Amino acid sequence: MKILVCISNVPDTTTKVKFIDNSRTLDTVGVQWVINPWDELALTRALELKDDPANGIQQVAVAHVGLVSAEPTIRKALAIGADEAFRVNSYAKDAFFVAAQLSEVIKTNPFDIILCGIESSDYNGSSVGGMLSEFLGINSVSAVSSIKIENGKSLIHREIDGGKEILTIPSPYVAIVQKGIAKEPRIAAMRGIMMARTKPIKVSEPVDIDSLTEVIHFELPKPRTACKFVDPENPKQLIELLQNEAKII
Amino acid sequence: MSVLVFTENWDGKFKKLSFELISYATKLAEMLNTKSIALSIGEVEKSELEKLGKYGAHKIISIINKNLDILDNQVYSQLIADIAQKEEVTVIVLANNNVGKALAPRLSVRLKAGLGAGVTKLPVNIDPFVVYKKVYSGNAFAEVRIKSEIKILTIAQNSFDLIETYNHAEIVNTEVFVADGQVKTQMLEVQKQTGKILLTDAEIVVSGGRGMKTPDNWGPLIEMASLLGAATACSRPVSDEGWRPHEEHTGQTGKIISPNLYFAIGISGATQHLAGVSSSKVIVAINTDKDAPIFEAANYGIVGDAIKVLPKLVDAIKELKGK
Repeated sequence: MKILVCISNVPDTTTKVKFIDNSRTLDTVGVQWVINPWDELALTRALELKDDPANGIQQVAVAHVGLVSAEPTIRKALAIGADEAFRVNSYAKDAFFVAAQLSEVIKTNPFDIILCGIESSDYNGSSVGGMLSEFLGINSVSAVSSIKIENGKSLIHREIDGGKEILTIPSPYVAIVQKGIAKEPRIAAMRGIMMARTKPIKVSEPVDIDSLTEVIHFELPKPRTACKFVDPENPKQLIELLQNEAKII
Repeated sequence: MSVLVFTENWDGKFKKLSFELISYATKLAEMLNTKSIALSIGEVEKSELEKLGKYGAHKIISIINKNLDILDNQVYSQLIADIAQKEEVTVIVLANNNVGKALAPRLSVRLKAGLGAGVTKLPVNIDPFVVYKKVYSGNAFAEVRIKSEIKILTIAQNSFDLIETYNHAEIVNTEVFVADGQVKTQMLEVQKQTGKILLTDAEIVVSGGRGMKTPDNWGPLIEMASLLGAATACSRPVSDEGWRPHEEHTGQTGKIISPNLYFAIGISGATQHLAGVSSSKVIVAINTDKDAPIFEAANYGIVGDAIKVLPKLVDAIKELKGK
């Protein structure tokens, strides 16, 4: 079996975002780029599954739609342990465009399990995984917090309100994964970093497809009104404020 | 033309979330000079279905089919897309929750319809169609233009107020055929807690962080939550340490919530935590460090030791509730 993890290249989550070009474009000066946190957890789980020979995973690959500037992030995924990488050489216009490009990669390089993080920390769209499955005409499971393989079958936990469902679904499928899928992201060891240098990144050109959406304007959140402080010896005052001023309890 | 709303019921009952969606769709339909249609899948009593009309649905399509008891993303998205085409729908509205996130992207591809995910208010413009949403995990907002003829929107929970309209909704029971072999997702087991206020539904959330010092100190926090009818939550270090269950972790990689009132108790307010709670309408912070970033996000604050402040706070709430 082969697993593909789709990865997004995003600003480090502690970045103080700023915009340029009339608030239409992210100011990338000084931005640290990282693997989207959910994708990193997905990759970690894929590698954990490969570690156990009983699961019969021969290969873990990653795929990314982006320009050559994203290669350090792709190399990081290879250093963590992915065997090879695919990069579609294009600016990521929108989720629909990205999913369409990824589906082209998968049509020529089939995988049994495709993992996508539930959202990217930049556009928070929760879109690419579901779109990709529809482009491929295969099934998908979202809100996945655990994947195990038993006798070649996938056992999947899907989070629902107040609990979870334990499901199975035939391959190939797309799993859209979230918290719980892996405990901590795997960190690249020196050996992995050395080996990543020689692992292949297969670059392809994008197919011609229009995006369906575009960001026309960014804005920063309005600052909250200054915090009103209450005497720690008299929390009753807080309750009165919540009741009479905020009118919320 | 119409606006289609995908509603979800839990054991035959709708939650406030579905009414938010209908209220939103009805307002949007007014802007587009059209009407809203609600889609209900599963066994729901007539009196419950009629509630959808109360928030403005003109028509309620009710589908009952045993092969739809399990959410199979492929089967569901095909079904919704078919209905959307039959009803000549221009906008489909879903919740930005687990189910909405599972279906909306598939519908987007199937109908070649641009997706506005996690929108927080009515479109800022209709022609061109521009929606407003949170990006960079709450560190910014964006206006996104949807260029396609059909649009799909997922609406952030608790971002739109209920509006009662009392339309006389017509309930249309619709038969659909789903072949047994079509449903590929197979359910082995369901594990569900009952009787607990769900974090994503709660209007008030009481959340504890490392400032609670040990897992044994949670008693007053839980008591406070139960007095307020609130759900309990925690920060990531607390769930990582196993002091509280993982379902309670709120923050960027945990649950993203937007209650009316959020208590951050002994939580310093790292960016990743704020990403999960910054949409709360009112934030109250209790922390020993007056320079903690949580106070920049908070509306009300107490600089003090959570362990000492909590019992006094519980007493004050008891006094309030006793009145």
